[in-house]
Amino acid sequence: MTANVADRRSLPLQAVLVGFLIVWIIVAAFPFLWTLWGSFKVEGDFFSKADWTNALTGPMTRTETGGAFTGRGYQGAWVTNEFWRAGLNTLIVVVSVVTISLTFGTLGGYALARSGYRYVFWVLIVALVFRAMPHVTLVSGYLLPFFQWNLWGHLPTAIIVLVAINQPFTLWMLTSFFQNIPKDLDESAMVDGCSRFQAFRLVIIPVMWPGVITTGLFSFLLAYNDFAVTAMLLNQENQTMVPKIASFLGTTQTKGNVMFAVSAVVSATAPLFLLVMFFQRQIVSGLTAGAVKG
Amino acid sequence: MKHKTFLWFILPSALAMLLFIAMPIVSVLLQSVFAPHEQVIREVENCDVFGCKKSTIVDVEATAALREAAPMGRFVGTAIYTDRNHLALSEIGTIWSSATGAADFFKQVLNLPFYGALTFTLTYTALVTPLAILLGFSIALAVNAIPRFLRGPAIFFSLLPMIVTPLVGALILFWMVDARGILGVAIQSLVGDPDLSVKASTPMMWSMLIVYGVWSTAPFAFVVYYAGLQTVPQDTLESAMIDGATRWQRLRFVIIPHLLPLTTFLLLIKIMDNFRVFEPIVSFNAGAHAQSLSYFIYADLSATNRLLSSAAATSVLTILGVVVLLSPVIVHTWKSFGRTAS
Amino acid sequence: MTTSIRGLALSGLLGTTMLAGAAYADCGIAAGKVSIVGNDFPAIHTVADAAAACATGTVEVKVNLTKDHEKLNAPGMTAKPAEYSSAIVASSSIVPLMGAGLLRPLDDLIAAHGTDIPKGQLITIDGKVMAVAFMANAQHMFVRKDVLEAAGVAAPKTYDELLAAAEKVRAGGMASPFCSTYGVGWNLGQEFVNMYLGMGGEFFKPGSAEPAVNNEKGVAALETMKALTGYMNPDFLTFDSNAVTAEWEAGNCAIATLWGSRAAVLMDGKESAPGVAENTVAAATPSAGGNAFPATTLWWDGWTVAANISDEDAAATFMAMKAGIAPSILTANTMGQAVWMIEGYQPTAAAQGVAESIAGGAPSYPMEPYMGAMHMAADGNLADFLTGKEDAATALADIEAAYIAAAKEGGFLK
Repeated sequence: MTANVADRRSLPLQAVLVGFLIVWIIVAAFPFLWTLWGSFKVEGDFFSKADWTNALTGPMTRTETGGAFTGRGYQGAWVTNEFWRAGLNTLIVVVSVVTISLTFGTLGGYALARSGYRYVFWVLIVALVFRAMPHVTLVSGYLLPFFQWNLWGHLPTAIIVLVAINQPFTLWMLTSFFQNIPKDLDESAMVDGCSRFQAFRLVIIPVMWPGVITTGLFSFLLAYNDFAVTAMLLNQENQTMVPKIASFLGTTQTKGNVMFAVSAVVSATAPLFLLVMFFQRQIVSGLTAGAVKG
Repeated sequence: MKHKTFLWFILPSALAMLLFIAMPIVSVLLQSVFAPHEQVIREVENCDVFGCKKSTIVDVEATAALREAAPMGRFVGTAIYTDRNHLALSEIGTIWSSATGAADFFKQVLNLPFYGALTFTLTYTALVTPLAILLGFSIALAVNAIPRFLRGPAIFFSLLPMIVTPLVGALILFWMVDARGILGVAIQSLVGDPDLSVKASTPMMWSMLIVYGVWSTAPFAFVVYYAGLQTVPQDTLESAMIDGATRWQRLRFVIIPHLLPLTTFLLLIKIMDNFRVFEPIVSFNAGAHAQSLSYFIYADLSATNRLLSSAAATSVLTILGVVVLLSPVIVHTWKSFGRTAS
Repeated sequence: MTTSIRGLALSGLLGTTMLAGAAYADCGIAAGKVSIVGNDFPAIHTVADAAAACATGTVEVKVNLTKDHEKLNAPGMTAKPAEYSSAIVASSSIVPLMGAGLLRPLDDLIAAHGTDIPKGQLITIDGKVMAVAFMANAQHMFVRKDVLEAAGVAAPKTYDELLAAAEKVRAGGMASPFCSTYGVGWNLGQEFVNMYLGMGGEFFKPGSAEPAVNNEKGVAALETMKALTGYMNPDFLTFDSNAVTAEWEAGNCAIATLWGSRAAVLMDGKESAPGVAENTVAAATPSAGGNAFPATTLWWDGWTVAANISDEDAAATFMAMKAGIAPSILTANTMGQAVWMIEGYQPTAAAQGVAESIAGGAPSYPMEPYMGAMHMAADGNLADFLTGKEDAATALADIEAAYIAAAKEGGFLK
């Protein structure tokens, strides 16, 4: 990963690549930057049906608030509607989902990678079929039993469902990752008298973090962005951020509330920025060690 | 590994999947062959705030008695799978015998909801999967070529399409591509047609959904490939250079083969996800121009419809569709598994 | 339709002033659990908030207002005991709950605790009170007074006049003068229901679930809808009421049909282009096919009580919901949120469209248990016709075929 051969490129090629990257980053980031800018305007400007340049100049923002920018959206979302509560719930859901998913997934993935029997293939294929099940159908099937057993509405229910839905992907990622950790490592530990679980705990856990962190990032994104499960299985006081944002939009959009949603979306992206900056090295080394060679 | 040890290790994961995925799949299978009971209908007088009129209602007691007699519902076998809103076998038979030619036959078949949706879904999958993977690969190559300190922000901005919640992301994009939105106006001036509206025609709507699909799923391929590029064995590259391989030859014969397993993984995940395309259709209000199987499930489960058996049948057909599409990849995995397992 | 009930409804609408004095928190409930599920818009928030104010040390009130309420209410009320003790429903969404036997007839509770609820608010089905209505709604016409005056036309009374007026307005320079919710998903089906009933059509053969839309009234309804789309923004198949509201406020429409619950928003002048809000006038929906009544359907929103709960909780729920629609909830802020069917309601200019549509004799939304299947079959099979890919007869045949498959599955047809 040092200054490698691939980095030594001719100048024109370098220019083409950088040019392409700049175009891509503009394309990728433009809607978000537009949203960031617009979150400080009023709805009539940001969602103008008359002229899109209103979103830039903000004539209604001026007449309604007196300034070119307004923090009303943020105030409405965070102060009036207590968006931080949803943020707290999201934190609980995300941390639990990632932890449980990875615990289940590492155990299962390790076993699948080390078993060597044919049934492993079938377990993986069945997991794949499980992943093909549309989430809408799954969630609507949960409703009646969950209501019946009084499980509906609580955070743990949504957490375990997200974990289960996420297991197939986690298993696939982690299996291919564990396949790349040399078998000699844990087998020599077992020759030294460790049980299988001790070998896993003492030898494998210390070297598995890169792959686990990458898989964790995808679990994190799934739990963070999920709408299908959280919107249907959580009651109002346990709402996470995305259903809360949906409730700002409401069934019929109420004036001003749309901007709460826009501001909330911008706010919800900030922690992801910190996360990506913090974990970017691990993301890379993680996938490196895992799925890549799978 | 011993079977027993294997079992203990896999147990938590398997239990979660059995409870929350396998059992629902079983109940969905049952639901797709058991329709609701015959409804006993009674004519009554309904008075709402606007007046009274004759209407019908379901006779709750009589229907409850039927339900008591057969709690699973009415066994209909594959009738729902083959009815007009799904595979429409008898309708296809009729069209086959009455159609005036091949063009007429296909036109009429595509008018059937299932086949119309299948056309869009397959087009979408066939275009978005390779394009997103290719775009992700190119971004990965480009990010790999820039100075290290710029890579963090570049990764973050490249990930944005994937991490902004589609709920609002699509709402904003929907407004941007409006005929008077910033992107809509840009497209109009590019094409030179001031009346062009992306949302008004079927081809434009399809293109927009496909572009959105590529845009929003390329980041996933990018992350995977970018990581993959870090593991390209440097010594192989260097020896290839010493042997006089051009840049293109190194890419073609060293880097791409190295990334092949990753590509398989991406294909598997992306084909599956694209075949189940759903969110963009709802977010862009595109239901008039493009439908997918998942969109039908969503519509069947809507409050106005509540066609649970129909939704169940479409779900089973979706799973079967995914299995068929993925079968080449699965066979490939089976072969490579045979190699590693031995 | 009996005139007496219509009269009562109207008197509620037109606002006989009554004293509103009930104190918020004292709802007279000894103990019990109340849990409300309902749609997510301001008027329902007002009702739910007032009901939630009944909470005391012994009375628990939970509220869940969400767009997905119709997916949650049936499973939630099927559980024993029900998760939701009250579902706030509308004309269409009460039907599946009733069909599954999930609603408790309210007659005994009314006798015990609700003799003062005006008869006009009670929804009586097969002789039993199943819901208590608190607001009315309908899609009706909005016109821009200034634009129509400039074009030299009066507010249209029929759809033919509307088409002629739209033509004149377009000649004056407005590209797409007519705006309506023709978006696929639910709205387009609703437009067809309005137009077809307005033409005098019947959806089903009398007393049965057999479809009966493939006839000349169906063709007439479709042709009128298609003629209207000629004056609409080309994106009309994506238009929901949010989109129409935005178009209207931007000054892009001269005539629209839109939900009455949006009237106050269109007229409040907030975030509208200059001159739009003050010239916005609500009126009855035009009539169609030479009939005298407006081509729209009337809707009510009301609350229900679940069947699968204890008598104590049912009584608590009844009293809390009654407090939720007490005249005291009507304040300066809430008055404009809906066309309330609550005593003390002072109709605003925004309520005129709904009131005129009721007075004009528009039918209420059909309550047949298989109407939902018909609505969605129409919704899913009209886009090809409206975009010119197939003719009206094919579209109607498609609607019937799609409906029959759905009704067979639902057990309504053999």
